[in-house]
Amino acid sequence: MVNIQTVKNKRKSINKSDYNNLAGYAFISPWLIGFIIFTVLPMLMALYFSFTKYDVLSTPKWIGLENYKAMFTSDDRFRLALGVTFKYVFTAIPLRLIFALFVAMLFVKNRKLVPLYRTVYYLPSIIGGSVAVAVMWRQLFGVNGALNGVLSSLGLLDRQISWIGNPNTALWTLVLLAVWQFGSPMLIFLAGLKQIPSSYYESASIDGANGIQQFTKITLPMLTPIILFNLVMQIISGFMAFTESYIITQGGPFDRTLFYALYLFQQGFQFYNMGYACALAWVLLLIMGAFTAIIFKSSNYWVYSESKGE
Amino acid sequence: MKSIKMRRISGTILYHGFIWIFGFFMIYPVLWLVASSFKDEVEIFQKSYSLIPSSLQFDNYVQGWKGFGGITFGTFFRNSFVIVILSTIGQVASSALVAYGFARIKFVGQKVLFGCMIVTMLLPSQVLMIPQYILFSQLGWVNSFKPLVVPSYFGYPFFIFLMMQFMEGIPRELDEAARIDGCNQWGIFFRILLPLIRPAMITSAIFSFYWKWQDFFGPLLYIKKPNLYPVSLALKMFSDPAAVTDWGAMFAMSTLSLVPVFIIFVMCQKYIVEGISTTGLKG
Repeated sequence: MVNIQTVKNKRKSINKSDYNNLAGYAFISPWLIGFIIFTVLPMLMALYFSFTKYDVLSTPKWIGLENYKAMFTSDDRFRLALGVTFKYVFTAIPLRLIFALFVAMLFVKNRKLVPLYRTVYYLPSIIGGSVAVAVMWRQLFGVNGALNGVLSSLGLLDRQISWIGNPNTALWTLVLLAVWQFGSPMLIFLAGLKQIPSSYYESASIDGANGIQQFTKITLPMLTPIILFNLVMQIISGFMAFTESYIITQGGPFDRTLFYALYLFQQGFQFYNMGYACALAWVLLLIMGAFTAIIFKSSNYWVYSESKGE
Repeated sequence: MKSIKMRRISGTILYHGFIWIFGFFMIYPVLWLVASSFKDEVEIFQKSYSLIPSSLQFDNYVQGWKGFGGITFGTFFRNSFVIVILSTIGQVASSALVAYGFARIKFVGQKVLFGCMIVTMLLPSQVLMIPQYILFSQLGWVNSFKPLVVPSYFGYPFFIFLMMQFMEGIPRELDEAARIDGCNQWGIFFRILLPLIRPAMITSAIFSFYWKWQDFFGPLLYIKKPNLYPVSLALKMFSDPAAVTDWGAMFAMSTLSLVPVFIIFVMCQKYIVEGISTTGLKG
């Protein structure tokens, strides 16, 4: 009797799990199919093309590691693009996160007008990626732009210079554009700050901790998981920056703002070196993978987690 | 007592004063763009920094709307709306399906596949750019909206993740009760979960709209015919430094291209703030 019962139960549960497997795969099938066709397949194709010479018109010709060899030995623009991108990512992203945290801390108390302030400070981020803003930035910092207008009317400038066209300032206008859009990390920090129990601060101030101590001993440690998240997401988006340099500076002057993504685009779609561009893409993937891995590995040392205790 | 009160008041003034000044710099470029779109040619150059045009010139809008090559901005806006609406519907609907599958059904390989999906969120799109282009051009999809629209119907990891988070907050007893009443998985999804995750779907739709509206890279690769240009690409061509002569018109069309974004931003702020705060969506 007992045996029959368990067998019956077993059969029933197998049927149920069969049904669930079927239903589960049916529900996720849009993503799964898309993942295979639009992600896995293109990645493998890119890997294959990266070992070939391919100009779209003729069939790909296998050349082994030549593309990679050329990249690291004879391609000055590759090194330049890498340098520019690193400089951009490692100035724009930390600055953006510092601003985001600073402003989030101003907004954490529920004072009057804070919702309005939040809107105003977030606005640049919502439109920041658009062509309109890129066009606007080009004019703001151009020869006849608003910045020169202000400076010369204050008598600080005796001749009009183009901030976009000057090799020493061009990249910094793009960094400024990136920092200007600190809205998303700001909102994420704000949500994180609101989760820190106020009792922590109360007992700290009873113990006589001042504002700076409270910030370094409570706020920062409690925020580290969010800082980690913001850091990873922002660094990735920084490496992928394209529209800014494509529209505002076209990579110039003298390749001083040649972002990696722009260089990749030029190789692929302007010079039709598709094979070489695929090699560039894979190197980018490896670099970003390495960075993400380093950040996650290092997070054991600086990210606070509840489970590890006080 | 009085001095404490005084100190508090001066602190408040300092706080608000700082935020106003800093906020002015934040919003100055946007105001400047709008102001410039109403200035005439002479004023654009002579008083480039001012935020108040001496007279309201709608000429720039009239001139700008004419577009280029005999195609007006009416066409470009229509193209943008077609692309954006079709892809938004696709992204939201397909993401909801996938989110239900991952959040509510136990199946073999679930964890591995979910991991794959999370990793694709970190994947730089540039890696896929060239092979995708080759794929789509061999399908004959270049110079059509298909490369911009069709991939939207295969779920979008950020939105899937957002909706999954939302589903976590819905008690599983509801599923169980529906099951006892004879609902199958589709019934539970369609009748129970779908109405309840509406806020997450609205948030996803808003972000989908934003990203597709501002998307420049996709159209740049796939759309070569001016009569198929969306606004973003048209604006780029319209404002090429080599070709542009009418600055006012360029400012006017730039401003106009931001209007739909502003409207949604003002109307749906609550959803935007919640969406970013819970999943870290990038605006």
